Amino acid sequence: METLFLFVSLYLCLIMVLSLYRGIFGPTVLDRLIGVNAVGSKTVVLLILIGLIYERVDMFVDIAMAYAMLNFIAVLAASRYFQKRKGLYKEMK
Amino acid sequence: MDDREIRNTMRQQRESDESDSLSASLPERGGVPASIVTFFILFSLWIVLSGRFDLFHLTLGVLSCVIVTLFSRDLLFPEPRARGLLGAWIRFVSYVPWLLYQIFLANLHVLYLSFHPRMMELIDPQIVRFQSKLRKDLSLVTFANSITLTPGTITVYVSLDGDFSVHAIDEKSREGLPGEMEDRIARAFGEQ
Amino acid sequence: MDFVVIFFLVCGLVFFTGGAVGILRFPDFYSRLHPAGKLDTMGSLLMMGALSLYNLHHFTLGNMLTSLKIILIVAFVFLSSPTAIHGIVDAGMRAGLGPWTKGDRRR
Repeated sequence: METLFLFVSLYLCLIMVLSLYRGIFGPTVLDRLIGVNAVGSKTVVLLILIGLIYERVDMFVDIAMAYAMLNFIAVLAASRYFQKRKGLYKEMK
Repeated sequence: MDDREIRNTMRQQRESDESDSLSASLPERGGVPASIVTFFILFSLWIVLSGRFDLFHLTLGVLSCVIVTLFSRDLLFPEPRARGLLGAWIRFVSYVPWLLYQIFLANLHVLYLSFHPRMMELIDPQIVRFQSKLRKDLSLVTFANSITLTPGTITVYVSLDGDFSVHAIDEKSREGLPGEMEDRIARAFGEQ
Repeated sequence: MDFVVIFFLVCGLVFFTGGAVGILRFPDFYSRLHPAGKLDTMGSLLMMGALSLYNLHHFTLGNMLTSLKIILIVAFVFLSSPTAIHGIVDAGMRAGLGPWTKGDRRR
């Protein structure tokens, strides 16, 4: 079962690279925000998988919960911050 | 953005109406004090999160829960007394499995769209506006979150009067819009 | 029970893959939000459910609390993910970006 978890987490890392493409090359700031949000929501699952591999789930589940909250607040704060910027529209052209 | 300004003035008018009616009907009896319910919700969360049952940690939990309850008394329940809480909770929990089933069906649809080779011809994003009949704040928020969770539709804007702007990705997700979900939420939160 | 866990894990991975491919393929950022926010939520529900079920192999009080915490994370994700999506959509609307309609070029 540990081997299966190892391969599942490797596959998750591969998918995170795909989402990171949108985070780096996204045409607007909001596209980058979407990419970062997708990477964050996969990291929460990845943290629990790491906890199961190392058999310390009781410790890693707290880290995963804190990371989920941090991801939510980061996306909310960033989208509120870029709302007041006028430069969003120019960046597309 | 003209209609947004109109909506804002409408909202302000409605808020002032609401505060008038609230001050008129202040003395109410019956039900449990809302701060006690808030305290027990917070304390059960503390027990799950801490996982220790000795005297020191339980005392710490009671102290911090009392302090948080004093600071944020009107955050969870706006009224000072909560009535009919058990029935509302049961109705809400019986709404959740239907929502999960609906989310699952709609997720399969978006999964099919995103793997389809000729996806660009299938999708046709548009913004749909409609007027909802829900009135309470909590049911409006639940309705907006449910619309966003069923894939194919994202709530763009909600006003307090129930004007919804929804971004729908194709014809199939657009046609079922207010639909059955609104009726179920109205039943779950005791409207109608 | 292992078969149930493996089945749910694979289903969650399929949903996550659909989300990542959808983020890359859809034409503008309003339509990219559909797979990004929601296929990820569904995938994390399935995978976290499988992991909390696997965690209950040795049934003790500590393991039960840990599984309960994992379910709490899922509930929090289900509450917070629509709110985050709504925040991003609102930022786009206020910046004046119109949604992609049929016939436009990709953005």
